[in-house]
This record gives sequence, C-alpha cells and structure tokens, in this order.
Amino acid sequence: MSKLVRIAAGQGFWGDWLEAPRRQVEGGPVDYLMLDYLAEVTMSILQKQKQRDPLAGYARDFITQMEGVLPAVLDDRRVRVVANAGGVNPLGCADALLETARGAAHHEKLRVGVVTGDDLLPRIDELIAAGHEMAHMETGAPLSSVRDRVLSANAYVGAAPIIEALARGANVVVTGRCTDTALILAPLMHEFQWPVNDWDRLASGIVAGHIVECGAQSTGGNCAYDWSTIPDLENIGFPIVEVAEDGSFVVTKHPGTGGRVDVHGVTEQLVYEMGDPKQYFTPDVIADFTTIKLAADGKDRVRVSNVHGTPPTDMLKISIAYRDGYKAVGTLVYAWPDALAKAKEADRIIRARLAKLGLEFELIYTEFVGATATHGPLATIPDELPEVQLRIGVRGNDRKAIERFTREIAPLVLTGPPHVTGYAGGRPKVEEVVAYWPALVDKSVIAPSVSILTT
Amino acid sequence: MRVRLLDIAHARSGDKGDIANVGLIALEDKWYPVLVRYVTRERVAEHFAKVIKGTVERFELPNLFALNFLLYGALGGGGTVTLRTDAQAKVYSSALLRLVIEVPDAEARALGLPEYRA
Repeated sequence: MSKLVRIAAGQGFWGDWLEAPRRQVEGGPVDYLMLDYLAEVTMSILQKQKQRDPLAGYARDFITQMEGVLPAVLDDRRVRVVANAGGVNPLGCADALLETARGAAHHEKLRVGVVTGDDLLPRIDELIAAGHEMAHMETGAPLSSVRDRVLSANAYVGAAPIIEALARGANVVVTGRCTDTALILAPLMHEFQWPVNDWDRLASGIVAGHIVECGAQSTGGNCAYDWSTIPDLENIGFPIVEVAEDGSFVVTKHPGTGGRVDVHGVTEQLVYEMGDPKQYFTPDVIADFTTIKLAADGKDRVRVSNVHGTPPTDMLKISIAYRDGYKAVGTLVYAWPDALAKAKEADRIIRARLAKLGLEFELIYTEFVGATATHGPLATIPDELPEVQLRIGVRGNDRKAIERFTREIAPLVLTGPPHVTGYAGGRPKVEEVVAYWPALVDKSVIAPSVSILTT
Repeated sequence: MRVRLLDIAHARSGDKGDIANVGLIALEDKWYPVLVRYVTRERVAEHFAKVIKGTVERFELPNLFALNFLLYGALGGGGTVTLRTDAQAKVYSSALLRLVIEVPDAEARALGLPEYRA
C-alpha cells in the first residue's frame, strides 16, 4: 500500500476543548498533530499581554496541553506537532515548552522549530516610509490614518518556514501568525516532497486544512444536518485526514469516539467562512472549491479528491488590530406577563435617561433575547413569552459616557417596569474595542526565519 | 407550492470582517437546481433587507450541491466592534432557512418537495 500521512487536528481556536490534543495522539495512530489557536482577536489580546509581560504573548493552553502530548512525540510513536501557539512571542512559547519538557522522559529528543518574522508591529513605520500603504481591503483607507492606535500587525505566512523546520528535524513546530491551512499543507509538502508549483496537490492540502482547522466542526460539532441524531457528542472525536501522495484524502476520526463524519457535515465545513469558492487565497496556492469531489467511504469516512489550484499572487495578507473606542453591554430579565412589552419600556426609559444626561454614543443597540436577538425582524414572536432578556449596548470614543451608561442599568430594577430580575452579575464592564484592519503587503518584505531549539 | 428552505436545505454561516457568509446545501442532491432557480441573489437580499446594510453576492458550487451567499454590512461593524449577540454571524445560517420560496406545483411534486403550510 502506498504511503499515507495521517494528520490529526486538536484545536479549532484558543479556548477549544482542552482534552482534544491528548485524545488525538492516544486514540489511534497519527503522524502529525496540528493545533490552531489564533483567531484575529487573539493576536491583539496576546500583544496586550506581551506589553505587560515580555515573557507572555503566546497561547498558554498549548504548554499545558503538550504535557499530555509530549510522550507521543518523544516515544516510539514519534508524532510531530505543528502549532501556531506562538502568537506574538513564538520564542517565548518555545522556551516555556522546553522548560516543561525537561521533566519528561527522553526530553533530549525534543527539537522545537520556531518560526518568526510574521510580526510587523516593530516595522510599521519603516514599511509606511518605504511606500507600503497597507490600505484597508474593504474601505481603501491608508494605514497611516489609524497608525497611532495600532496594537498588533502580523502577516499570514505560508507553508515554507514550517517545511524548513520539519526538514531540519523539528518534532514540534511553533509559529506565530501563519495561515491556518499552512499547518496542514506544510507537513504534507514535507512528507511527499510536493514541488512548490504542483498547484493541484498544494490546493488539496489547503482544502484538507480548511476542513480540519475548525476542529470538531467537521466531525459533527455545530452541524445543522440532522443534528439531533449525531451520536455521543460528549465524546466527540476531532478530525483526522489520511492523505495520499496524489493529494486526495479521507476525512475521518478515531474509532470509538462520538460525532459523525459524513458528506453533509464535511460540505458544511467546506462552505464555512467561504468567499468566492473559485478563489480561496493562500500565500502558497489559490484553491478552487468548485471542482472538489466528495464521496462516502464507509462509516465516518469521507473521501475528498479532484481539487484544483492556481498560482498565488505576489501579495500577503496582513491583519492589523487597532484601538477603536469603547463599548459596554448591560442586561436585565423581564418575566411573564407582557415580558416583551416591559423590556421594550425599560429600553425606552434607559435611552431617555441617557439623552437627558446629554451623553453621546456612536451607537446604542438593543436586542430582546428570547424574541429578536438572533433573527431580528425575521423571527415570528408568539403572543406569550415566559421571559425576555433586555440586552442593551453602547459604543463610542468617550470612555466617561460609556462608564456612565453602565450605571444606568441597575436603577431600572426599582425605577422601571415590574417583574424584573437577572441583575446579579453587577454593573456591565467597559471594554476597549479592538478593530481589524485587513490589508495586503508585498510578499518580498516578509522574510520568515526558523530556529531549532533543544532542551 | 410554498417551500421553506429549512425543509429542503441545511446551512452553515461565518464571518469575515463585516461580511457574513451563508453556505446553503441541498438536503437531497436532486433539490439543488431548485435552490439555484429560486434562491436567487435578489430573493435573499429581499429576505435580509431589514437585517443587513449592504448587498448580497451569490456563488454556485454544483459539485457540493451548495450555494454560497455573502451578506455585506451584516455584522454591525464586524466581530469585535459589534454590539450584536451574534457577533460572528453564526446564526445567519438558520435565519436564511426561514425563507419560503414559491415553486410551481408540477415541478415541486416531481421533485417530492415538502410543502410548507403556515
């Protein structure tokens, strides 16, 4: 039988099921474990943490989770791990991992490959001065218009530096910001030695990455298709791809785990966060999702083939986070009878009081949870609701106004409509708003580098 | 015949900036042409008219028996800025499944489409 590479996915975001990585290496044979921690919002949180503590700025969960995974890396199973846990401090993450590993058996075998070079925060002024506008991809505004409020700036790096780390013998690769899909594509390119211009096979690797990068969303989690019959979700298995040399692959999960892998569920994940399906942009290849063939391949197995790809552009996507004012959200719960009418009256009262105070907000936004919060005017509301939660939020640049708003919720308990409860959580918290600035930059200005560290 | 999308399709949605994407997938492969013909860009734009601020774009994935819709101005500024409960467009999927389309009786019967009575 020709070679198959088995890659297991163990995290779909920072905060995903803590048990999953260990279960993925213990539940059956796998060659690689891929762990995705970085959503856009995560980078700015990590950058803030690093500003307070230069040793922080990476996904701490990774270190804890690796305690359960390291035996599989260091013993005869020789599982390799590829994770973007480095956040804005990949070297700090690697140091913490090495520190933890020193107590483990065979720790001398650990070779941590660290990918750096995606962090553009220290280089923004230099890049702007050199004529890189980094214009907002949707509005076209130049980055200079929010320059003084930038919190983090990272390029989405592709597979190349991860491949280099693996080629240099790394058995754990820690990156900062890279494309989620590169975490899967890179091990495949390394194992099969796919040429960098073999667009169809590279695109297959990207599609495999897209299917598993959100963890259990491809194995029955958050699945709308016949959801109530999906078995044993409390024991859900995370996805595994078994990839052949030609790029075709099977999506599956470990035997004995819960959830379900079928064509409908995999299709749901394929269309998740999809733009133009003919052009799924990555730094390594542009994948076409309109040629993919899916076929059932036995219980909890879906075969994926016929993926086409075309060459990538000369630009890299960068994600910039910047401060954009403040917000706060407060809630109260109104009980039957007339729950919705009472919640609406409370909303009117709060707005009137805020207006009387002369406070200015960019937006005051109200939802009635239990009636309109999820589908708004599309929902049909029954005459009698047992309860409704008033959820009112404000946003704006004047922090003092937002703080004053947070004092206007609780008074409704004694000064507004009756049968109100659900205020025990206390005053709402004022949060800083972190906005996103997606942009493109010439590939040539990003030069990722790789270092290999040992205990 | 009136047909509700919930009864002939399933869906998953997500976000990108202030854009929501909704992937709409036929429950049975043979129903995909019904989605193509009746769940038009215009029909979906009309459905979400009071919910989103921008336009709607539609893409076809006949290989997956799926349509992909992009809803612009759907998230009150985007994931971290918005004050919405559904900050990341997770439930736009089921909001689309509320849509009721009108399919000529003969066609609907030939395909075994379930009628929506409400």
